[in-house]
This record gives sequence, structure tokens and C-alpha cells, in this order.
Amino acid sequence: MNMTLVDLAFYAVAAILLTCAGYAVFSRNIVRAVFALLGTFFGIAVLYGMLSADFVAAIQVLVYVGGIQVLLLFAVMLTSHIESAQTSSRVAGLIPGLLTGIVLLAILVPLMLHAPWLQSGAGSYQATTASIGEALLGPALLPFEVLSIVLLGVVIGAVVVARRQGNDEDLSGESGEAE
Amino acid sequence: MSQVSLEHFLVVSAVLFTLGVICIMTRRNAVAILIGIELLLNAAGLNLIAFSRFNDKLLEGSVFVLFIIVLAAAEAVVALALILALQRRLRTVDVDQTNTLKG
Repeated sequence: MNMTLVDLAFYAVAAILLTCAGYAVFSRNIVRAVFALLGTFFGIAVLYGMLSADFVAAIQVLVYVGGIQVLLLFAVMLTSHIESAQTSSRVAGLIPGLLTGIVLLAILVPLMLHAPWLQSGAGSYQATTASIGEALLGPALLPFEVLSIVLLGVVIGAVVVARRQGNDEDLSGESGEAE
Repeated sequence: MSQVSLEHFLVVSAVLFTLGVICIMTRRNAVAILIGIELLLNAAGLNLIAFSRFNDKLLEGSVFVLFIIVLAAAEAVVALALILALQRRLRTVDVDQTNTLKG
């Protein structure tokens, strides 16, 4: 069995990705967990690239690393007192959680390895961006437009929920005034 | 020829999914639970791309995963807003302590 460079790259990326994910899951420090998630997101993007999904890989980096990562960091910085012990997330129910994880792994991995997956062979490597654009404005136009409505709703909803309501306790008077 | 097959990607995705489930079950910080949800979504996306790649239907899988990524971003935005509101009203993001319906 000779390992090609692609195999080596896959195993290296998978190892980094899963190590980072494990650190994000088990680290007591929530700031470190969020930064460890960076490695996971980048690793997934590399795997997308290895699967020749170039556009999705680029979007993964843009949205996850540029957007969700920053949002998570904002959430951490705005909610926890960085200097105090509150930063570390309390871990509760570790035993049931780990037990569920082991059972899930024991079911999933043999299933993934031995199930007779439908494989009609991989196509050739080619750029997908143009065909994705045509699909989004053709067969997938309706979900694409619905998604834009969803995003609008999300923006408005997030602003309404996170809006600072003058006095924090005085919610009822504030909302009555707004109506 | 590369020996990385569909199963390789599926196993990575399965481990990632399991880690996400463990994260959601053990953490009590709302932000950490959000991290677990992102891991689950990434595992699902990796599965979709892997299946579509090895069946020569990469286009369909890519469109699916793009929608998943957009919805994950939307979900993260709403969750952040909720966590901020939670922090402002109850002074905690520990989900075990947020047990009141009317603040």
C-alpha cells in the first residue's frame, strides 16, 4: 500500500481538524474553544477543496471564518467577564455526554464503513462556480429567493431581540411605547 | 492513484458529528452549545459534498451545502442576539440557570 501525497494531505488535515474540534469541545476556556474552532472550519474548507468543491470551500472560509467565527468571538467577549473564572464554561453531565458520544460513534463508524453506498464514480476535476451560479438562477431559484427573505427576517429579528431597551427592567413600558 | 475514498470522508464527518453532540450535551454555556451546533452543521455539509462528489453530482451537493452555510450564519446571528438579550436580562449565559419564562 503506497501512500500518495493526496492521502498524506487528507490524513494530516483530518487529524488537525478533529484535534481542533476536540479541543473546542473539551476546553474549559471558552475563548480558546472559539479559536480552536478556526482550525476546524479551515480543515473543512480544505476537505471541500479536496472534493473539488472549490466554490463551497471559498464560501466556507468567507462565511464561517469571516462571519460566524467573529460572531462567536463577539458573543464570548460581550457575555463573559474575560478576567474572571466565568470565562470557562462549566461542564455538567460529562459522563452521560461521553457515553452518548461513544455509543453514537460505535453505531456511526461501522455504518459508514460497511454500508453499501451508492457510488457511480467521481467526475473529473473542474471549476464549479459557473454551474452553481446557473443553478441558483435556474432550478434552485425559488429556495434562493426564499433564503433572501429569511436573511432579511433574521437581520430584523436579531436587531429587535438584541436592541438595548433603555432600562433593562422596564421592558413592558418600552414595548407599549413602540406600538 | 489516491486511496482516499468516500468512507474516509464519512468517518471524519461521523467523528465531527459525535464531537458536536458531546459538546451540546456537556456544555452549559450558551456560546459553547452554539459551537456544538456549528460542528454538527459542518459534519452534515461534509457528508453532502462527499456523497455528491463520489456520485458525479457535485453541483447538487454544492447548492445544498451553500444553503446550509447561509442558514448556519443566520442561525448564529439569531443565537447571538438571544444570548446578548439573555446576558442583559439574567446576567448569565448558563442555560441551567435560565429557567424562568417571564423575566
